[in-house]
Amino acid sequence: MLLNIKDLHVSINGKEILKGFNLGVNKGEVHAIMGPNGTGKSTLAAAITGREGYEITQGEIEYKGKDIEDLSPDERANEGIFLSFQYPVEIPGVSMTNFMRTAINAQREYRGEESIPAGEFLKKMEEKKNLVDIHSKLTKRSVNEGFSGGEKKKNEIFQMAMLEPMLAILDETDSGLDIDALKVVARGVNALRSDENAFVIITHYQRLLDYIEPDFVHVMWDGRIVKSGGKRLALELEEKGYDWVKELY
Amino acid sequence: MKDGKGKNGVLEEVTSGEYKYGFVTDIEMDMAPKGLNEDIIRFISSKKNEPDWMLELRLKAFRHWQKMKEPKWAHVKYPPIDFQDIIYYAAPKKKKQLESLNEVDPELLDTFNKLGISLEEQKMLAGVAVDAVIDSVSVKTTFQDTLAKHDIIFCSFSEAVQNHPELIKQYMGKAVPYTDNYYAALNTAVFSDGSFCYIPKDVRCPIELSTYFRINAANTGQFERTLIVAEEGSYVSYLEGCTAPQRDENQLHAAIVEIIAMDDAEVKYSTVQNWYPGDKNGKGGIYNFVTKRGLCKGRSSKISWTQVETGSAITWKYPSCFLMGDNSIGEFYSVAVTNNYQQADTGSKMVHIGKNTKSTIISKGISAGKSNNSYRGLVRISKKAANSRNFSQCDSLLLGDQCGAHTFPYIKTGNETSIVEHEATTSKISEDQLFYCRQRGINTEKAIGLIVNGYAKEVLNKLPMEFAVEAQKLLAITLEGSVG
Repeated sequence: MLLNIKDLHVSINGKEILKGFNLGVNKGEVHAIMGPNGTGKSTLAAAITGREGYEITQGEIEYKGKDIEDLSPDERANEGIFLSFQYPVEIPGVSMTNFMRTAINAQREYRGEESIPAGEFLKKMEEKKNLVDIHSKLTKRSVNEGFSGGEKKKNEIFQMAMLEPMLAILDETDSGLDIDALKVVARGVNALRSDENAFVIITHYQRLLDYIEPDFVHVMWDGRIVKSGGKRLALELEEKGYDWVKELY
Repeated sequence: MKDGKGKNGVLEEVTSGEYKYGFVTDIEMDMAPKGLNEDIIRFISSKKNEPDWMLELRLKAFRHWQKMKEPKWAHVKYPPIDFQDIIYYAAPKKKKQLESLNEVDPELLDTFNKLGISLEEQKMLAGVAVDAVIDSVSVKTTFQDTLAKHDIIFCSFSEAVQNHPELIKQYMGKAVPYTDNYYAALNTAVFSDGSFCYIPKDVRCPIELSTYFRINAANTGQFERTLIVAEEGSYVSYLEGCTAPQRDENQLHAAIVEIIAMDDAEVKYSTVQNWYPGDKNGKGGIYNFVTKRGLCKGRSSKISWTQVETGSAITWKYPSCFLMGDNSIGEFYSVAVTNNYQQADTGSKMVHIGKNTKSTIISKGISAGKSNNSYRGLVRISKKAANSRNFSQCDSLLLGDQCGAHTFPYIKTGNETSIVEHEATTSKISEDQLFYCRQRGINTEKAIGLIVNGYAKEVLNKLPMEFAVEAQKLLAITLEGSVG
């Protein structure tokens, strides 16, 4: 199993948000995690990626068969965990190109590999930019600075394509996207899907799942999964709304 | 996560790094006794075999200094300086030569490597006998030949006093008279050595002039004096300092830099300052009290200051431009980093005297640890300076929550046709930015380096190419701490 979350309890400032969360993800799978706002979806993403301030009080996160609690956020990233942020931050003065090269070289250094040759890097940039419909001028600009909402999200998928993670977590990547941008994001994800990686897609709406077909759908409520099923579950949710979930709880 | 670091825990850890190079005293000295009086000044002057007029100037400056009071207006704190407890003349003899780089402190070498300094340069900086002496001599010779071909004078200040007294007499003290301020008077009285550079009419200096290439440049001492004269239509780009760590046991540094630009002349002056800032607890470190001023004397002349300040315990420095010629231009681009207990009070003065004069001030302060970083700037537009413009932008970046950033702008406009703009921002490196970088595999130290360099980019871009690359690395190293 690539990711195995067992009885996870996570608190922020003493307040428990995740309350016994369980999830198993194998390579080659796409899992959708749905649920109303405030049920702990983003907390889950933060806990897996090792964000400070999220304290695990019970349970564990196993990735590639090992408990990752002691790994720093950058080590986790270099082990192949990627997060597409719900709110990507701006880093003024740092060009996307420079940022990407720094990230790729950090990954290579972690694996004991040489830095990426300039030619290879530029070729890769071109290739992945086409994948997500990003224009050249965007990569010359500073990281996310002055990007529109849609551009920011596309840029997240672009970075995912560049870094080729094993486990990608998409946190509300579809929120605030128009249908064209949504399609581009989905196209990026679908192109990257393989037997060697897995995706956890956190979303509020099932809209994105029209374009990215999940293997499993989980419904979250109050810090844990209350129902799991196949693709159909998402449609059912769409139809019945989240109140239906509350009854399950 | 579970490591339980507080919100500022990581930042604090990263920014509490120490300057990694302690002091070494490996120079034999030919010294004057401690203290300052007319005899000491006569001693310095005679050691340097100076003409009478120079001794007279030194004595005049000294007498004036005695009547002055130490300035206290800067936003810095330090114990009183006992000016009688300082040795004012110490001629560096020969450095103890090491046989090979193997004898050099490996940490120092590590820093050199991080900065990307070439092996030959490393040897020179670390005081290793360069086996390829012929190489280094020939580099210098080629360099001197190139300059000679263009009739450019570039030599030590002492040599200039001996060989070009008429030029020194004509220009020394024109931009910074000894009466200007306390430290300017002190410097004029006791200055040790420095550089002199003269670019003749219509000559574009084909190389970046750097003190590194100047013969006898190795030991310039604590009271340095630089004079650059650019004749009509000439151009020169001058580099001062170096990104390599500078150790010095003199605590007080009071330098003077004077630039004079005639009609249509342009001088670009770039500094990277990395003096010892004191230890993690604020002990020791250099006091850097510098007066730098350029006179845009001629029409359409231009002087541009670019500085990257990372070192010194206390920095007190305001590179200025006096825009006397009509249509002249003054520029100031600065990045000042303070960490641990460092204090910097730095900025610029732009004095508009001629018509249609233009000035730009871009100042980027970065404070970390428990340091204090102040911008102090004066823009004065005189009555006669019609249609003049100034644009000032002062940004402060804070790392952690125990440091301070302050802005003291002074603006005086004497006419109604001129426009002065001032913008200021203060921002923090956010945990969000750091986490974003780390989630992409970039560790905290590299992330801070990246973010800080992005912030300072506008200024770093003004540095000559090679210098800029080194300065970028230096910024990252300065803020480097103990996080592995």
